[in-house]
Amino acid sequence: MNREDFPMLDEDIVYFDNGATTLKPRCVTDSIVKYMSRHTSNIHRGDYDAAIVTNKLYDDTREVVARFVNASSKEVVFTSGTTMSINMVVFGFMKKHLKAGDEVLITKSEHASNVLPWLKLSEEIGIVVKYMDLNDEYELTVDSVRKSITPNTKVISIAHVTNVIGDVRDVSTIGKICQDNNIYFCVDGAQSVPHMKEDFKNSNIDFLSFSGHKMCGPTGVGVLVGKYDLLKEMDPLCYGGGMNNFFEADSSYELKEVPIKFEAGTPPIAEVIGLREAILYLESIGMDKIHEHEMKLKEYLISKLEAIPNITIYNKKSDSGILAFNINDVFAQDSSVYLNHYKIFVRAGNHCAKILKDEIGIKNTVRCSMYFYNNFSDVERLVSALEKSEDIFKVVL
Amino acid sequence: MDSNLRRQVILDNYQEPMNRGLVDDESYLKVNTNSESCIDNLDFMMLVEDGIIKDIRFDGEACAISTSASSIMIRSLIGKSVDDAKNILINYKNMIAEEEYNSDILGELNVYDEICKQPNRKGCALLSSNAIEKMLGELGNNENNE
Repeated sequence: MNREDFPMLDEDIVYFDNGATTLKPRCVTDSIVKYMSRHTSNIHRGDYDAAIVTNKLYDDTREVVARFVNASSKEVVFTSGTTMSINMVVFGFMKKHLKAGDEVLITKSEHASNVLPWLKLSEEIGIVVKYMDLNDEYELTVDSVRKSITPNTKVISIAHVTNVIGDVRDVSTIGKICQDNNIYFCVDGAQSVPHMKEDFKNSNIDFLSFSGHKMCGPTGVGVLVGKYDLLKEMDPLCYGGGMNNFFEADSSYELKEVPIKFEAGTPPIAEVIGLREAILYLESIGMDKIHEHEMKLKEYLISKLEAIPNITIYNKKSDSGILAFNINDVFAQDSSVYLNHYKIFVRAGNHCAKILKDEIGIKNTVRCSMYFYNNFSDVERLVSALEKSEDIFKVVL
Repeated sequence: MDSNLRRQVILDNYQEPMNRGLVDDESYLKVNTNSESCIDNLDFMMLVEDGIIKDIRFDGEACAISTSASSIMIRSLIGKSVDDAKNILINYKNMIAEEEYNSDILGELNVYDEICKQPNRKGCALLSSNAIEKMLGELGNNENNE
């Protein structure tokens, strides 16, 4: 649906790399071009007309994001993306609030951005990073979460939807468990917020991170949504203009309130304005409709791929539009180069979830990740290319 | 070069690469290498005695281009003097970079003379040569330190 809004789809391509980044609709690029060509200005410092327009859009984006994920606008911090959001939580908040021996529970299917900051913090202050067990489908069950918690567990940090398997975690129940056990609950929403309804408040999430470019927005902007009281206790990682009330020669200074204190320097104004437009656009389609459409496509793709003998699928059951597979005995990168020959864009690799190899026993997969603008014809083109993949080396060599 | 022949040489070396599998021998130089442009990850090891490359071995997961190029490069270098090997490596890298090179000394490695048409695969074609170059560099350092 809505294919006409995406100039890149005017070309004869099938874009199945939405887990990496999504295409941008005209309304998003138009809003950025308009800012850059019609009302260029910085924010918070101008009294002239262009600045007033820009300021209004920038501030309104906070309201739009808050409504989109059911949070309060003062809980919305603009960042450069999910990675920065998680790093801000780990080094701006957790570093102050955790001590040696405290346990952080993650899983082996987390993205590098939800593993490495914790490993670094472990090096710095001696927290213990533990991996909760996954089931036979490589999914995290609520039962596994319950079993993993000990009196030392202080944080659970997981993706709502993982980026290789695409399993959807029951964040609402896990959030309740965290609340009952005084555990901070951090959710990586990079693969969920663009594809389904996310409910920050009702899922009892303490910190929610996501990126603009995976949801039809521009690169360079992301969001950290944090509970207001926790954000007040969090230190900025970056200091400078725009985030202080005053600073004096006697070394005294005062920072602005949350969330402004986390946005030092000139923020990515064009990108924030683009993100606003992207969210309004997604809302106009409807998140439930987006999720439902992706699931129909995935179901259709699986039914077709199951009929091809030399294809192995790793995540038939997961409830998202991500499918990880391999052509048997073919290195994933050769497969993606082969599909590119048919103008089908997928991703090959470990998808930044390097430790997943411990679970599936393979290091690389082809990943097909869908969005609402994909259609049944896209799926058929992928299937058709894979059906004739016995001649893959004639094509790629 | 005929494209069918080119494809067949690459495919043969991918499916049955030369010297795949490492050995447990401390006298070998070792290096792990991966490419920023792709997802290959290979280990290489090399034995040099009296200025002659006696053996090179490799193992790991990699695509058809990386694997076959490793195999062909290994076959091209074993038995060569370090200086001759360096000369082959320089000319091979120049070929991949679309710069001037001497095709006469590259032998089978000439099958990659059109890899520049697939820029995203240049890194794959260069994986083994970078690894071997690194080991030869270490060899030079070791000798200077002695």
